[in-house]
Amino acid sequence: MPAPIRLRELIRTIRTARTQAEEREMIQKECAAIRSSFREEDNTYRCRNVAKLLYMHMLGYPAHFGQLECLKLIASQKFTDKRIGYLGAMLLLDERQDVHLLMTNCIKNDLNHSTQYVQGLALCTLGCMGSSEMCRDLAGEVEKLLKTSNSYLRKKAALCAVHVIRKVPELMEMFLPATKNLLSEKNHGVLHTSVVLLTEMCERSPDMLAHFRKNEKLVPQLVRILKNLIMSGYSPEHDVSGISDPFLQVRILRLLRILGKSDDDSSEAMNDILAQVATNTETSKNVGNAILYETVLTIMDIKSESGLRVLAINILGRFLLNNDKNIRYVALTSLLKTVQTDHNAVQRHRSTIVDCLKDLDVSIKRRAMELSFALVNGNNIRGMMKELLYFLDSCDPEFKADCASGVFLAAEKYAPSKRWHIDTIMRVLTTAGSYVRDDSVPNLIQLITNSVEMHAYTVQRLYKALLDDISQQPLVQVASWCIGEYGDLLVSGQCEEEEPIQVTEDEVLDVLEGLLVSNLSAAVTRGYSLTAIMKLSTRFSGVNRIKKVVSIYGSSIDVELQQRAVEYNALFKKYDHMRPALLERMPIMEKSASNGPTEIVQTNGETEPSVVDSKHPPPVSQPANQANDLLDLLGGNDVVPVIQTTVPTKPASAGGELLDLLGDLSLSGVPTPAPSVATSQPSFLLDGLSSQPLFNDIAAAAIPPMTAYNKNGLKIDFTFERANPNPNVAVITIHASNSTEADMTDFVFQAAVPKTFQLQLLSPSSNVVPALNQGTVTQVIRVLNPQKLRMRIKLTYTLKGSPVQDLAEVNNFPPQSWQ
Amino acid sequence: MIKAILIFNNHGKPRLIRFYQYFPHVFLQTEDMQQQIIRETFHLVSKRDDNVCNFLEGGSLIGGSDYKLIYRHYATLYFVFCVDSSESELGILDLIQVFVETLDKCFENVCELDLIFHMDKVHYILQEVVMGGMVLETNMNEIVAQVEVQNRLEKSEGGFSAAPARAVSAVKNMNLPEIPRNINIGDINIKVPSLSPF
Repeated sequence: MPAPIRLRELIRTIRTARTQAEEREMIQKECAAIRSSFREEDNTYRCRNVAKLLYMHMLGYPAHFGQLECLKLIASQKFTDKRIGYLGAMLLLDERQDVHLLMTNCIKNDLNHSTQYVQGLALCTLGCMGSSEMCRDLAGEVEKLLKTSNSYLRKKAALCAVHVIRKVPELMEMFLPATKNLLSEKNHGVLHTSVVLLTEMCERSPDMLAHFRKNEKLVPQLVRILKNLIMSGYSPEHDVSGISDPFLQVRILRLLRILGKSDDDSSEAMNDILAQVATNTETSKNVGNAILYETVLTIMDIKSESGLRVLAINILGRFLLNNDKNIRYVALTSLLKTVQTDHNAVQRHRSTIVDCLKDLDVSIKRRAMELSFALVNGNNIRGMMKELLYFLDSCDPEFKADCASGVFLAAEKYAPSKRWHIDTIMRVLTTAGSYVRDDSVPNLIQLITNSVEMHAYTVQRLYKALLDDISQQPLVQVASWCIGEYGDLLVSGQCEEEEPIQVTEDEVLDVLEGLLVSNLSAAVTRGYSLTAIMKLSTRFSGVNRIKKVVSIYGSSIDVELQQRAVEYNALFKKYDHMRPALLERMPIMEKSASNGPTEIVQTNGETEPSVVDSKHPPPVSQPANQANDLLDLLGGNDVVPVIQTTVPTKPASAGGELLDLLGDLSLSGVPTPAPSVATSQPSFLLDGLSSQPLFNDIAAAAIPPMTAYNKNGLKIDFTFERANPNPNVAVITIHASNSTEADMTDFVFQAAVPKTFQLQLLSPSSNVVPALNQGTVTQVIRVLNPQKLRMRIKLTYTLKGSPVQDLAEVNNFPPQSWQ
Repeated sequence: MIKAILIFNNHGKPRLIRFYQYFPHVFLQTEDMQQQIIRETFHLVSKRDDNVCNFLEGGSLIGGSDYKLIYRHYATLYFVFCVDSSESELGILDLIQVFVETLDKCFENVCELDLIFHMDKVHYILQEVVMGGMVLETNMNEIVAQVEVQNRLEKSEGGFSAAPARAVSAVKNMNLPEIPRNINIGDINIKVPSLSPF
């Protein structure tokens, strides 16, 4: 058997291959030769063969048959063999192969070898791919080596210990004693890896963290080392571009960050050194900036004093202006992290951030976009939106979806006026219409419905947009829906906001029919336009054309369209009398509370008079009066009046105004007894408080009932339940009974509680209390009660024609009604 | 933690691959998956302009938003470090620089050919810089010194390819003896575990 070829010959040969197939052939031939050589158990050339195998492995060819050979090499006495054997083990083996356990004994022996380089190899291998079993077996050896005075071994042992701790966290305690004097080492390599080890321990276990803070006085030690590094002057050994061991500085800063987080004492101890590093570090080279960057992150994370924080943000601001892209990138990343906590400081750099939107680099653009959205607020919305829309126009497609969603969200939160909001939406739809997310279409439709006074303007703009371009599906869908809904406004030519356009019914129908036949329209869009055409049958005068279109689609291949057309046809034929009612204008839609955060929309600045309120005049004016009533009534300033109101169905702007009006009064929703109003379902403004169903089956006997009021024949009893999911909410049901001879009509019950509580009053069963205890009126109160409950109640009713009013205080709540 | 270190050339041919974490993929063998990761990384990195920043989000195979690719382009080679959020991005850039300068010192004006023909030596140097995904030593002189001692140790045993540390012509190869000196080395003591043949 001729001697196996050398590694470099193999490499040379493979490089001469001109095609992939040729290469594969050569490699297969060589693999066969290697395999037979392995079978011969040849010790001489084993290392050479394994080296070749590793090379082929790197190129992507299977090399698993070499795994056992690596083990044999590791067991050899020669350093050469061990070196390549361990390398092979690290590259070819991992803990998924059972074979790796065979290494344990070899590694154990090698950890105690006389040559430090062999020990180093063993530590390296264990630290790279040691499984938990191996780590458990060999942790003791590693711990021993951690205490050696040989710095070469000590630093490797430290990193190996990190790996052991990662694999077997329970062994962390074992390494604790060895860490005691790690930081007093002079050798920077050992210092560096020791800091890594300490960092790992602190991150993994809060107990360790506390221990290091208090007992070991780690912070002063680290501060001292850092100080020495900065002040020591030029040291050629560790110098990198004029800075002394920047890697160690960065590591120490990171550990300081972990130690100082949420801990006042530690944070105070490191304030000075952080300020020193921040001001003294040279920023002309990347190393200096790396240190500054780490310092900034540390300052932001610990409990630093405000001056230091401002310094940190200003450093970041300076980074933003740096020519180096990398620096700008890290600055944007860190600003993104800090924008929540130090919003105002970051706002100062807003213009620079917005400029970064125009950068050529994709990563920077993305970060700048995210940061811009985070910085948008009520004051800068107009300016920011202009920049963001410009960005949307020109950015890469991968950004458009996110940017569009961000714009919608920001517009919804901070829109200064309805018209601006609609204009912004139109702009997004026309420029990035195809990238808009699917759920934005229903959201937009709902938004448009709710801005009643803008309907004419909206539909006109959408119509004009459709004339230009019908390829962007979300735009087309919203537009066709609006035309269907508000087509009458469109043809009547009434538009206050801008020049009304002259459109005939036929033109509108042309456009909608065009959508139906166009290749660009998706199936969903076709559905939208068919429905829109149908709706116009009640709004336009000429119905025949519509009838024709609808009947044609009764035989469409698309099942969805066909079904719609057939049903609409039926409407025309058999149920024509129902058609007007069915197709009339949509009512204002309530925004479902499940959509994201239930924030009240701030309409700041130029608010138009909310037209919505005019639809519900009585309830809105009532609260104001009643609020005043109860305020007078109750006198005591720690008691907050609870008002019976009809909560308007649109919590968005009307709710906002109500809340403004009443400040922080807690509201309870009680509808007017008229059942015809669809809004009679109480909508809970205090939704965040409790959202459980009304009646829960809790043992009512847990809390005994009580009589709250008993006067002039009117008796009011309270019974209690605890709301099951939320034990802090007590559900009180009042039972009002009337022992006089006449009915009490127009019975109204009101209650007020101290500010520490929140109260919700639900609809009464009726407002007539029948005479002679023939029945009771019940009403449910829900209270969030952390402490002793007390209440003031006001009762009004009409008895025998004369109105009666009374006040009472209820103090005798049973102790079990609060905990 | 550094998850992987990849070196490949301008055409995507790998020159050094080192993974410190396994990206377990049920269907693919390790080698295939490694190659796929290289291909994907090359694809991401090669289309970057020269004046953009050196940081990239990892591809879909090196999954997770926590992972970043930090790369540097030197002549014909890309040096790519895949790291997670516990590493400082700017620090890693410096580390790559230190590694390359160390290679330069060890190989004397290192070029791609050196890496091609001395893949194992490059691994040994890397082992002195990064161990188990963590930075071990950043002092160039220290690293070079340690590597030199170990190379000398190997040389005194005869080495396995018996090639000097430089990429020189084959002429020098002929001088080094190929006498199998290992006939009476106490190979009897080799503790080869007794394994059942398969």
